[in-house]
Amino acid sequence: MRVALFVTCLVDTLFPRAGIATVKVLERAGCEVEFPADQTCCGQMHRNTGASVEAARLARRLPDVFAGYDVIVTPSASCAATVRETTDLGVFELSEFLVRELGVEDVGASFPHRVTYHPTCHSLRALRVGDAPLRLLRAVRGLELVELPEARECCGFGGTFAIKNADVSLAMLDDKLRCVRETGAAVCTAADCSCLMHIGGGLRRAGDYVRTLHLAEILAS
Amino acid sequence: MASRGRASPDHPDSRGRASPDHPGNGRGTGSSTARAAVLGRIRAATRTEAAQPMTVPRDYATRSPLAGPAVTDRFAERVAEYRASVHRIAPGEVAERVVVLARERSARRIVVAPGVPEDWRPDGIELVADRSLASSVLDGIDGVLSGCALAIAETGTIVLDGTARSGRRALTLVPDWHACVVSADQVVGSVPEAIAGLREAATAGRPLTFVSGPSATSDIELRRVEGVHGPRRLDVLLVEG
Amino acid sequence: MKVGDPQLRRNLRAATRGIRQKRNAVVAEVEDWEELRVAGEAIKRDAMGRLDVLLEQLEDAVTRAGGKVHWARDAVEANAVIGDLVAGHDAREVVKVKSLTTDEIELNQALERRGITAIETDLAELIVQLSDDWPSHILVPAIHRNRSEIRDVFARELGLEGLSDDPEELTDAARRHLRQAFLRARVGVSGANFGIAETGTVGVVESEGNGRMCTTLPPVLITVMGIEKVLPAWRDLEVFLQLLPRSSTGERMNPYTSLWTGVSEDDGPGEFHLVLLDNGRTRVLADEVGRDALHCIRCSACLNVCPVYERVGGHAYGSIYPGPIGAILTPQLRGIPGDADELPWASSLCGACADVCPVKIDIPRLLVHLRSRVGGSDPALRLMGWAMAGRRRFEAAQLGRVPGMRTGIGMGAWTKGRDLPPPPRETFRQWWRRTRG
Repeated sequence: MRVALFVTCLVDTLFPRAGIATVKVLERAGCEVEFPADQTCCGQMHRNTGASVEAARLARRLPDVFAGYDVIVTPSASCAATVRETTDLGVFELSEFLVRELGVEDVGASFPHRVTYHPTCHSLRALRVGDAPLRLLRAVRGLELVELPEARECCGFGGTFAIKNADVSLAMLDDKLRCVRETGAAVCTAADCSCLMHIGGGLRRAGDYVRTLHLAEILAS
Repeated sequence: MASRGRASPDHPDSRGRASPDHPGNGRGTGSSTARAAVLGRIRAATRTEAAQPMTVPRDYATRSPLAGPAVTDRFAERVAEYRASVHRIAPGEVAERVVVLARERSARRIVVAPGVPEDWRPDGIELVADRSLASSVLDGIDGVLSGCALAIAETGTIVLDGTARSGRRALTLVPDWHACVVSADQVVGSVPEAIAGLREAATAGRPLTFVSGPSATSDIELRRVEGVHGPRRLDVLLVEG
Repeated sequence: MKVGDPQLRRNLRAATRGIRQKRNAVVAEVEDWEELRVAGEAIKRDAMGRLDVLLEQLEDAVTRAGGKVHWARDAVEANAVIGDLVAGHDAREVVKVKSLTTDEIELNQALERRGITAIETDLAELIVQLSDDWPSHILVPAIHRNRSEIRDVFARELGLEGLSDDPEELTDAARRHLRQAFLRARVGVSGANFGIAETGTVGVVESEGNGRMCTTLPPVLITVMGIEKVLPAWRDLEVFLQLLPRSSTGERMNPYTSLWTGVSEDDGPGEFHLVLLDNGRTRVLADEVGRDALHCIRCSACLNVCPVYERVGGHAYGSIYPGPIGAILTPQLRGIPGDADELPWASSLCGACADVCPVKIDIPRLLVHLRSRVGGSDPALRLMGWAMAGRRRFEAAQLGRVPGMRTGIGMGAWTKGRDLPPPPRETFRQWWRRTRG
């Protein structure tokens, strides 16, 4: 199957490894991956902060950028949700694509570490990916999956909320980190690099040994 | 805009249709200006709406899946969960049960809703008739015996409708103990069935009171405390057969 | 917004998590919960679309049943009507049921200025009133107070010595104190959860019995109802009497619901006044997206799942309506621009509120909509938006070649508690070009 990769501005710029891993996983699952280079950003940040003119301009570009592709896959649940809300394009977040569209749970990965999964608000409530990420993780050889306590609580990123309301954002982060540590996991994973940037940033500031990795990076191992 | 006390039945303010020219409430020009202004604002705000009602999708259940004795069982179960006491008795046993309960509740005098049938009224306890008793008098009475309009199994609710059998509202509110007789054939399964069954009372303008257990508050550190202002003891006499 | 003090946060967390669990349990019992929500939303949407007609119908039905209907454009007008009614009866005090609407218009203060005492009869409102405080939660207004604080307030204000801090004893003290007020009061004041246009029925949903007391015992009853509370048909109650108790207190049914129409002979008040209140609601109605906030049935389920509310508490919202619903309702009621313009920003848009709202208000969507109305989006972000609208500009920005780009957005606030991610050696597209050509 031929798919277009929508890598997202954040992954493209700050977390390319998640994008590279996404390509690898899709290819292992038998897809032919193409990268339409005119892509930039879905406009989510602008949409959420009331910059509706800029958001609309970015959304308008998308159908041309992905012209000719029936299937678009992205490693970001929040961007998938945005594109679905602002266009008619057939866009999927990686885990829902693998499990629900391709019917694949075992992508041939091996990752012998203890891992905990944080369901990001967009994957949980906007896309309702359900347990797709967990199914994929359970099929990874050697991976010990530990349930995250209070998993459904927001991590506190919330886009510009993390900056405009930094104190509350950090209070929420504290609770999320406490739960992550409780699992004893070596790695915390999720379907959004934005939340992982926030969680990972907090872990690094605390000098914690726990790492954050995007779901794709584990699946590509 | 001063009120002139209780409006008599002949006062034009208290009865009769509000005509288009009448302010609608006899309050004078102040409020009719407000009325026109508010309605005007609403119309300006919604001018793009259709005047016709939207169709409301009512795909929810309008009947309980339970039938027959299962309905009564569910009602008894649910009322008990509220920590009201349920007593399942046969017809004819009401009066004697009331006496037993009155003893347990240390109630010597109880007021009886006017429509309560003769055979519910027990001997051996002082019964007070409700002749528009003042609330302060009711406050000195130990309990009240009434029937009800209907009951809801799903939620363990009793509905009083202000008729003679339920009694006027103050009757089942002020005394500290309420003994309420519910006949099994008065119990409906679900809230929608109850609302349908009460339509006539509502259209006739009767006051309705839904009672689901004794009164409660969770206002102090969220610990539920029973019995604030309504009757602290509620005994439901569920008559079957 | 400031994070609340540890005691407040502990109380709030315990309270909200507790109610949340109860709510989840009783909602799980209801197989047709989604269908009820869909109906609830539709009924409200329909009602807002024909609000004028419905209010006229309600007025008509109440009047025919012997009640009197008054209209109030704003708080001042409402308070004047109510004050005049009370004064006209030579009453120096009223007994009140908790009503957010009366808190919104600051009725108690207005009556006080006319020498009329409004006695709050909900236990929590009594606590808040006696401690000269402000409610912090729609449903459990004294949630920020623990039992020993309450004991102290009662001992001091009610002159009760030797009172323990046992909740049952405290409740009993309140009961005895208030019963005297109920029995002597000549005027009762309440709010209304709904008013049914078809039949003229007005209703109050409550737990403690003080609602029954205030709407039954005094000879005069004044009910203040926001205009958005009107429901079209008697039948609609079958939906809301299921949605409201399960969403608010996590019960199958709340202890008491009182429904009355006008006045009834020899039963309850001989005089009933319904005050229909606008006070900014028509302003909300004028925003075709924002008006969904008027669908709110004041259950507070959204408060109980909001991570922001849990950490800042109700007072931080500076309004009678806190939490997610407050963030979308208050700015619109007050008017934009106004002093509540910050509220739509006080959210991470997690969406937990939308999941639990019994009438399906899409709170995150409304928050975003209001953000564009109140303004406050970052100029650096807008600059980024320009940069991202073209491939070459985007790639230049990625490589830090557009001035002010990489570090444009509030990095100070980020690094307050988090490290920045280490910059990668190459961007994704650089990798793609290098390896895939």
